[in-house]
Amino acid sequence: MAASPMEQFTIKPIIPLHLGGYDVSFTNQSLWMCIVVGGLSLFMAIAVWNRRLVPSRLQSMAEMSYEFVAGMLNMTSGEDGLKFFPFIFTIFLFILGSNFFGLIPGAYTATAQLCVTLALTMLVIFTVIVTGFIRHGLGFFKLFVIKAPLFIAVPMALLEFISFCARPMSLSMRLFANMLAGHTMLAVMAGFVVALAGAGGVLSALSIAPMLLIIGLAALEFLVAFLQAYVFAILSCIYLSEAIHLHDNH
Amino acid sequence: MDVAAAKDIGAGLATIAFVGSGAGIGVVFGNYISGALRNPGAAQTQFTNLYIGYALCELQGLFGLLIALILLFT
Repeated sequence: MAASPMEQFTIKPIIPLHLGGYDVSFTNQSLWMCIVVGGLSLFMAIAVWNRRLVPSRLQSMAEMSYEFVAGMLNMTSGEDGLKFFPFIFTIFLFILGSNFFGLIPGAYTATAQLCVTLALTMLVIFTVIVTGFIRHGLGFFKLFVIKAPLFIAVPMALLEFISFCARPMSLSMRLFANMLAGHTMLAVMAGFVVALAGAGGVLSALSIAPMLLIIGLAALEFLVAFLQAYVFAILSCIYLSEAIHLHDNH
Repeated sequence: MDVAAAKDIGAGLATIAFVGSGAGIGVVFGNYISGALRNPGAAQTQFTNLYIGYALCELQGLFGLLIALILLFT
């Protein structure tokens, strides 16, 4: 029997540490998050090391990612939103990096843990709430009010409030579940290959079929990895834009 | 029927949520393409809305996955 497909998500302590009754060990989770941050910083540093007017391939990759996020932010929240560019850019690159690093065979996916995605989401939501209150004071609550007769506006305000409260969960769940489901699927398929190859005879030759399927699925996973980073960033932009502009100027 | 078997069956049933998710994503992309073929000029501007719609549809299925995971691992 092959190993469980969920085994790849287990957190193993590398350097056990205990601080005041809490387990703060340096785990494979922390290691891969450090690798992602280090890899991205290195990439950015190398890409802009020798800046040229006509960019090299590496430099144009860095510029493309910059312009992609800047365009996204500009489109959803306008000029005011560009103040939040470093925040959105960092989140986007971190998620993209951990999704892509996780696709290396044998690597660990940092974003396939609910604690990581929930922490990222909390960061976004707190930024939204703080920005909203700084910009509008108590007027931020107008976010829940629509221009309508009272008997519609009151239930709608309640619904808007519930949807606002559900945002942290939906945002973190989407990223976490997509990564978890994708990697589990790849592991299950890999289990088929091992089981078929070990069966002997005609069945061993058949093991090429799931192998080909894995190649296709891996390509799909690259798409999903990018798409989820994009969706996370764009939804963060939209939430920020709502906090900045409330309902006017969509 | 013991509780463990009932949990497994429940986890299996929870994956039915992906029926709705699949249908929803199909509607989102199908309508986007039919709209884009009618008015190719406006297609690029609606790209963001397309993926927001996709993400919201997909989420409904993922809630089913969440329930399955809760049933299996708690």
